[in-house]
Amino acid sequence: MSKEKVTRRVFVSWIFLGWTLFLACLGGLGTMLLRYLFPNVLFEPSQSFKAGYPENYAVGEVSLLWKSKHGVWIVRTAEGLYALSAVCTHLGCTPNWLSGEKKFKCPCHGSGFRFSGINFEGPAPRPLERFKILLGDDGQILVDKTKKFQQEKGEWNDPASFLAI
Amino acid sequence: MEAIKNFINACAVPSRMFPVIVLLFFFVFPVNSFFEKYNKLFFLDRLWTKKGGIFLFSTLTMFLSIGMLDENFRHTVSKPDNLPIVGLIYASLFFLWVALSQARENDLRLEKNEKPKEWHDSQEKILVWPDLVSIELIAMLFALGFLFTWGILVDAPLEEPANLATSPNPAKAPWYFLALQEMLVYFDPALAGVIFPTLIVVGLMAIPYIDNNHKATGYYTFKERKLAITIFLFGWIILWLFMMVIGTILRGPNWNFYGPFEYWDPHKVEALTNINLSEYLYVIGLNMGLPGNIFIREAPGIFLISLYFIGGGFLLTKTVFKNLFKSLGPLRYSFFLVLLLFATSLPIKMTLRWLFNLKYIVSIPEFFFNI
Repeated sequence: MSKEKVTRRVFVSWIFLGWTLFLACLGGLGTMLLRYLFPNVLFEPSQSFKAGYPENYAVGEVSLLWKSKHGVWIVRTAEGLYALSAVCTHLGCTPNWLSGEKKFKCPCHGSGFRFSGINFEGPAPRPLERFKILLGDDGQILVDKTKKFQQEKGEWNDPASFLAI
Repeated sequence: MEAIKNFINACAVPSRMFPVIVLLFFFVFPVNSFFEKYNKLFFLDRLWTKKGGIFLFSTLTMFLSIGMLDENFRHTVSKPDNLPIVGLIYASLFFLWVALSQARENDLRLEKNEKPKEWHDSQEKILVWPDLVSIELIAMLFALGFLFTWGILVDAPLEEPANLATSPNPAKAPWYFLALQEMLVYFDPALAGVIFPTLIVVGLMAIPYIDNNHKATGYYTFKERKLAITIFLFGWIILWLFMMVIGTILRGPNWNFYGPFEYWDPHKVEALTNINLSEYLYVIGLNMGLPGNIFIREAPGIFLISLYFIGGGFLLTKTVFKNLFKSLGPLRYSFFLVLLLFATSLPIKMTLRWLFNLKYIVSIPEFFFNI
């Protein structure tokens, strides 16, 4: 091996090249990581959804149609409709609607909620939440889960929490 | 047979079973001379002899094996999830018996002014290698063989992929958390999920600092540490193991209570309409609406809670714990008292729920504060 003398200029330029490549790789990796956080396709249902026409809901019944996809029960009373959140207010399990006993019953700690969503048995400290519900321009029901209404704060009196028919 | 099963099912309702078990506990582990008298009278102290051990073991085995003839009981007990609980009942009974039978033997020796059994052991020398290490190796091999056999014979209870929209019914915590889950039925999640578990851990860590009874170091005894052993065993057996067993065997669909021989009917109707203390007082008692002001509404509950902690603490100090206060000193004693009052609040609240459907004593859902 010949002993080539590396000049300062050559040394600095190699170092410069090396660091540039290294930082470029790091930057590329970082960009890819960032990109990974924003997937092309989101397999999550959107926060608001159309729930068909009000005529589809029978008076006095709880609709389980949107429970598995959106976590929402749509309840039809004689006066109108409201959308109940299918999340127990105790620790967040999904209650079941027991049609025979006309109540929502949580399988985790036994909390029970009435037809209206009011808590009446078990440890749940407050009623189920309701979501914003309105009639779209095409006559279909629109449920917006980004806006919720809590009974204990008196929010169920808000006209947006109830769709009068 | 059906009549016996129905009788056991009826007895297993917690509001009936729990007081009996608590009462029985104090007769089996007598804290004072009153209980000791009856303990002797009913031969309960004989439980910790060899014959008593055989009696306990065979009674339990007989109950389990006769119970296995019943389809519903077999279904619950032989579930892969629940096998550890059956093992746990046997193991804890065995170790309880081992400790207390030695304690009984030593208590008899100490009464005759003899040295405890362990004192003689310490006069004798045994080498770590090979005596201890070879025993440990054999124990390890046995444990490994047991786990392998269990793993081969019983399949792990795997279910379908989790789905946010459906919770299994009943949704049970892992067996070691079932007591916590049972606690959550009676309290607000912040209290039963965060504050109580923290207090349990802190309280267990505080034991060596609170307990300044230097008797009974290095040997088993019951008579010299009655209070310490009784409090510990109450927490361990009643508030932990018993609640685990309730959670495993007696809790079915919709988290309702089912007797051990009862079919788990998901449509079982149970009226459990819970009422807050404020509603009891203002709506049912005084026949008026709930006051709008939160503090007026919850004043009775807050009063009762402070009465429990301050008045109850005072009363205990003046009566049963008079001597303990002197021997522990004010600081140690107050830690002990606060921890004890928190621990006893759990069975009290459970009983109130079962008897009166009392939901929360103080209920301020506006601030997520419920007791």
